[in-house]
Amino acid sequence: MFAAILIYGFINSSILALVAMGFNLTFGISGVANFAYGAIYIFAGFLVWIFLNTLGVNYFFSIILSFLSSFLLGYLMYRFVILRVRGLPLSEVMATFGLGLAIMELFRYLDFVGVKYSLPVFIDGSVSIGGHFIDYQRLLIAVIAVVMTVAFYFFTHYTKLGLAFRAIAQDDETALTLGIDPDRIGAFSLALGSSLAALAAIIILPLGTISVENGYEVLINALAVCIVGGLGSTVGVIVASVLVGYSQTLTANYIEPHWMILVSLAAIAVVLVVKPSGIFGKQKELEERV
Amino acid sequence: MERRKERIDRGVKVRSDGIYALNSYREVFYLAFPRLIPILGLLVICPLFSEYWKEVFVSTAVYALLAVSWELLYMGGLISLGQSLFYGVGAYIAGALNAYWGVPPILSLPIATLVGGVFCTLMLLPVLRLRGIYFAMVTLVLPLLLSRFVEATRILGGTEGLTGIDSFSSQWVAFYLVQVALLVAFFGFRRLEGSDYGLVIKGINDNDRAIMSSGINIYWYKTQILFMAGAVGAFAGAYGAHYDMFAGIPGFALDYSILPIAAAAVGGMGSFAGPLLGAFILVPLSEILRALGALRIVFYGLFLVFAVVGLPEGLFHFIRRKYEQIERWVEVDKG
Amino acid sequence: MSDVLLTVSGVSKHFGGVVAVDDVSFELKAGEIVGIIGPNGSGKTTLVNIITGFVRPDKGRVVFKKEDITGKPPYHITDVGIARTFQMIRPFYQLPAYKNLIPSLFSPRVRRLLGGKYGDRDAVAMDILEEVGFERDSSVPYKSARNLPHGYLKRLELGRCIALRPEVIILDELFSGMSIAEVTSTVPIIEKLRDEGIAIIMIEHRLRELFQITDHVLVFNFGRKIAEGTPEEVMNSNEVKEAYLGSEEIEEEETAC
Ligand SMILES: Nc1ncnc2c1ncn2[C@@H]1O[C@H](COP(=O)(O)OP(=O)(O)OP(=O)(O)O)[C@@H](O)[C@H]1O
Ligand SMILES: [Mg+2]
Repeated sequence: MFAAILIYGFINSSILALVAMGFNLTFGISGVANFAYGAIYIFAGFLVWIFLNTLGVNYFFSIILSFLSSFLLGYLMYRFVILRVRGLPLSEVMATFGLGLAIMELFRYLDFVGVKYSLPVFIDGSVSIGGHFIDYQRLLIAVIAVVMTVAFYFFTHYTKLGLAFRAIAQDDETALTLGIDPDRIGAFSLALGSSLAALAAIIILPLGTISVENGYEVLINALAVCIVGGLGSTVGVIVASVLVGYSQTLTANYIEPHWMILVSLAAIAVVLVVKPSGIFGKQKELEERV
Repeated sequence: MERRKERIDRGVKVRSDGIYALNSYREVFYLAFPRLIPILGLLVICPLFSEYWKEVFVSTAVYALLAVSWELLYMGGLISLGQSLFYGVGAYIAGALNAYWGVPPILSLPIATLVGGVFCTLMLLPVLRLRGIYFAMVTLVLPLLLSRFVEATRILGGTEGLTGIDSFSSQWVAFYLVQVALLVAFFGFRRLEGSDYGLVIKGINDNDRAIMSSGINIYWYKTQILFMAGAVGAFAGAYGAHYDMFAGIPGFALDYSILPIAAAAVGGMGSFAGPLLGAFILVPLSEILRALGALRIVFYGLFLVFAVVGLPEGLFHFIRRKYEQIERWVEVDKG
Repeated sequence: MSDVLLTVSGVSKHFGGVVAVDDVSFELKAGEIVGIIGPNGSGKTTLVNIITGFVRPDKGRVVFKKEDITGKPPYHITDVGIARTFQMIRPFYQLPAYKNLIPSLFSPRVRRLLGGKYGDRDAVAMDILEEVGFERDSSVPYKSARNLPHGYLKRLELGRCIALRPEVIILDELFSGMSIAEVTSTVPIIEKLRDEGIAIIMIEHRLRELFQITDHVLVFNFGRKIAEGTPEEVMNSNEVKEAYLGSEEIEEEETAC
């Protein structure tokens, strides 16, 4: 029992980390809270399905195409929507929220509902770890999550582009004087965040069916992890994923799977009461330069 | 030669801006006319329609209440993505009071309004201290939390909801109750906006540093507007519960969140007339588009995006400009 | 006359690697003007932010009239009687000048002090604006802040402080961006406030004007208080000379910031 919780908790944490990473990245770089994030997630999932089943493209290329489309969608979203309300956080929130709803509800309207909307797993089969059978897909998720977080850390701390990202995140006016174009980086941050959402969708969705509700759930989970960890903090995402992930698994095990999403929501509530800026967030509220 | 548009305030507008120097009944009418539109419109014109459209106007008024409540929060820099929180809470309180203890609407409405306002304020209190998008995020999450909570714990009728709630004594009572409530909220909030209190609230939104250094506790003020907005939203919910004779998880549905925002965006944020106007455009429109089903929400979403991105000033401000200013083309020398 | 109003003891604050304020202590008495000078980035504004609650110090205490106000929120600190101006002014641009004072007049402090009998807030605001040199019979007080010249906005800041009827006023580079004539007309206002018993802290780069109205100066460099005394004393100290190599240049730069 204990081992199972350990393993499944870890996988659940990996899922959360993957799901939150893109949202957090976009926010961390350009300060845009992309409320269309969940919509992009299911968009990517459904797109793979369409390529695969309706258009008959093979699985690998479907994935690549869906990934690229999500990248493009993020870019276009910045170019045609966010750019026009840039710097007005409230308008950004409303615009991305509206867009996300439109995308998600469009899928519902087009009747993308039902068990047939599911993706095949990458590799069939499972492996026994300490007497518990873990399928390869879940294992893959855990591995990718770990690799991604590590790669991510190195990317933002050691590569030129990553450093430029962080420069923008800290002060875009100064970055401008250093010859970094905030709009290009902003567009890129959204595109990258969206493709991370797609990546998460592509490897996580084969575990179940794709549904519009997934979109809302993903947005909530991403928000939960980011709020708990502190918006924009990479370390925060990791720690928060582990915290929320294990609490969800424990809840599912000892209480009822139904309550799982309540854990994310309760985690948000608790963090907001105890330390509103999140575990690793900086309380920027009062410390701006006056 | 080039032409440019020149805008000049109409004489009466200039004279009546702040200082009252009206010269004739015509000018009195000029000022009173826009204010009479909502009063006459809601109380006299709407009832002339058929039963079916009267029902539509009732639900319009419910949404308009939520939109006006949304606008109050917006004035203080708080973006709510979850007006359905207020609606659902109000509906459940009134519903529970009536279904479990038989409290009649005349009592359950005011109780739900007050208790609902307090409850929503308490739920959102922790986020008030944080700027920017935190509030938006949490308002988005809370209605979901509550609906899942009801689902998981099976309290308050669980997924079935509370049924058999008393209706109003007559269709006329129901109709006028909500229209009058809307007018009270609308004109009350406008009054508030114009007062020094409103100036402070708007100041918090645009420069909280200055307000704080004036010795004003911005969180206390935000709490107050949150309560007012919550109470108005809860009233809408309580009314809705009695009107539909049902309170349940659909009360936390997305419709109640997205439509008020879309209404404000279309009608024009930054004034209370905007959301009112927006609601009276969008709700009847969606009645006409009823056949489209789920596509309605798609439309609201797109409306919201277009309005925020392409029409930031909104319809009301456009109309107002036409009403208050004379426009003409003048020729200017280029150079 | 010599009761201590404000005591700052051993406050420090660092931002990342930058030590903005380093173990600073001083006292402020009623009816006194204390000048604070120092090169750019020496931590003067940060000190003000610490006193007024916008920044929480890492160490040290700020005591106002026996009440420990360290780390209290800004509105509380204003409420007990410390008002400040901002170096980077940000008025309510879309409001008329006199409406900019309404939040101050609406504050609990003013309502408590004046009870219900101060009459119309707009009228009080006009009186205060006149006090800080807005021509009452002109359209200037009615102009929206967006259309006012910088010098007026600076004095509007001062008016905002006066409206609060504080016991301590902290002026963060009030004179920068003002014309000579404006400075000359503002100096008597400040002296009048001092004579009413208000304690004033003035942060200034314009030393000549500052030294006319104060004989108690603190000098900052790299977050530390490196000298304290009368203008002559501090300007003769070697450390200050070093910190201020070419103080004339600084005086010219000030309009830029
Ligand atoms: N919120 C902040 N975050 C990071 N660093 C800050 C912050 N506020 C101030 N600093 C740094 O602290 C140091 C002191 O700044 P401060 O504004 O207090 O100087 P100052 O003496 O007021 O300068 P000036 O004469 O230019 O107004 C500077 O190096 C500044 O960059
Ligand atoms: Mg300074």
